[in-house]
Amino acid sequence: MEIDRIDGRSPNQLRPLACSRGILNRAHGSASWSQGDTKVLAAVYGPKAGTKKNENPERACIEVIWKPKTGQSGKQEKEYEMILKRTLQSICILTINPNTTTSIIIQVVQDDGSLLPCAINAACAALVDAGIPLKHLAVSICCCLASSGYVILDPTKQEEEGMKAFAYLVFPNSIKLILPEGSSHAQGERMEDGIVTSVTHGAMSVEDYFHCLDRGRAATAKLSDFLRRNLQPQVLADGSKAG
Amino acid sequence: MGLSNVVGDLSLEMEVDAFRRLFPLRFYERHLSESIRPDGRTLKSARDTSVALGAVASADGSALTKIGSTTMLAAAKMEVMTPSADAPDEGSIAVEYYMPSICSPLVRPGRPAEIAPVISKQLYDTILSSGMIDLKELSLISGKAAWMVYLDIYCLDADGALFDAALLSAVAAFSHLRFPVVSLNDEGRLVMVPEEGNGDKSGKEVVNKEKRKLSLSSPPFSLTCALHKNYILADPTSEEEAVMETFVTVVLNSSGHLVSLYKPGGPVLTQTSVIQDCIALTRQRMKEVQEILDESISGMEID
Repeated sequence: MEIDRIDGRSPNQLRPLACSRGILNRAHGSASWSQGDTKVLAAVYGPKAGTKKNENPERACIEVIWKPKTGQSGKQEKEYEMILKRTLQSICILTINPNTTTSIIIQVVQDDGSLLPCAINAACAALVDAGIPLKHLAVSICCCLASSGYVILDPTKQEEEGMKAFAYLVFPNSIKLILPEGSSHAQGERMEDGIVTSVTHGAMSVEDYFHCLDRGRAATAKLSDFLRRNLQPQVLADGSKAG
Repeated sequence: MGLSNVVGDLSLEMEVDAFRRLFPLRFYERHLSESIRPDGRTLKSARDTSVALGAVASADGSALTKIGSTTMLAAAKMEVMTPSADAPDEGSIAVEYYMPSICSPLVRPGRPAEIAPVISKQLYDTILSSGMIDLKELSLISGKAAWMVYLDIYCLDADGALFDAALLSAVAAFSHLRFPVVSLNDEGRLVMVPEEGNGDKSGKEVVNKEKRKLSLSSPPFSLTCALHKNYILADPTSEEEAVMETFVTVVLNSSGHLVSLYKPGGPVLTQTSVIQDCIALTRQRMKEVQEILDESISGMEID
């Protein structure tokens, strides 16, 4: 059963993605990520010396500041900050630079649905631009559940508000095997089958939730490819400029 | 490495309390390998839960809940307001969660708890998306007057599983809520009628005759599980939460629907079987908690 989306996309189709890095001069790393009309700017400063009072000094500390497009920071922003902080804490290698703080500032430029996933993707790209050591990249996606039980990916704001329920999911990016097939596939469970973060809104049945997980996981392959392609060429371009 | 040798020597001579403070992770892992926790619980059992309704006499609905040592006090007050133009038949709810300095040594007047606004928002989202309360029930006169429910939840003692205790106290306060009696005064506005022997002494017409209760359809119940390597610990204390790698909060309502699955980062969940286990634990917990809540509600009604 097909669902007609307003902008004519198929249920599994993502909006056009665009990512540019190194756009801010003063920040140690920066990236802008847009999915359709939703655009988020992320800047990374760090590592800076010292940690905040309640944090463990044997590890690096991550601080997130979320700036909404208009108005003051309220509870919604604090919630996003906490989710981002814990998600990024799980992908950064915290033991490399102990007793330091890395600040990530997120500025919402435009919000047209799927805002938190866009911000997580932008933060990840900005961390790469800053050269912070990461275990793996994270790709994030929003899955919406229509009242008919159909799952659609990457909704616009209108679609998000009309849906019965939606879930923001973050997965590790898919592994690209460099070694020939079958040589070192040590663990039984693959890492890319896990979820890093999940935040849901609205009531849905347990089977529907697992449906969303499957669809989201399938879409991460596309997002990971885009991220990989985007992160590579810029290095060569800078090299040729210097030389 | 030199450090592990030192730890090995010390652990033979050190007191248990000192070892617990200095090497909390090793302390817990030693327990987890025997499938038990320091307070004697198994990995899957939650702490003793109790609900006391009507704790705040001046509020229209209130509840005091305890899960182990975590204590939450919820109080609901109702006020008449004009409904908004795009929802003239609906009232509204405002949920606020506070963590005053009494609840934990980490919270001080100049240093508010970071987790308080997050839990506040989470509670509000969960209560609305669970569909527990039909906002149309809160309407008095369509387009002119509707009820506004202010629910305040205070954390009196923070010892882990804050969201679970807060949600339970919110549900208990709503089930204890009694609508105050209102009548139209001379200026055509609704005012509350004070409790008197003969309600119609002043001769004014009472708009809602009997003190009604809210009908709650499928209230949500939650369980927080801490995840550490391959272990799932249900209902962690604050000490366990500080040591464990991450946690998952699953909220189910009584019709078995998943209202919320909240996992804010942490190591990757490699199997969906872990999520399945957490959901199964939540189902079990929901039955226990529902019994406890029903008991205290029927206890109130007998009085």
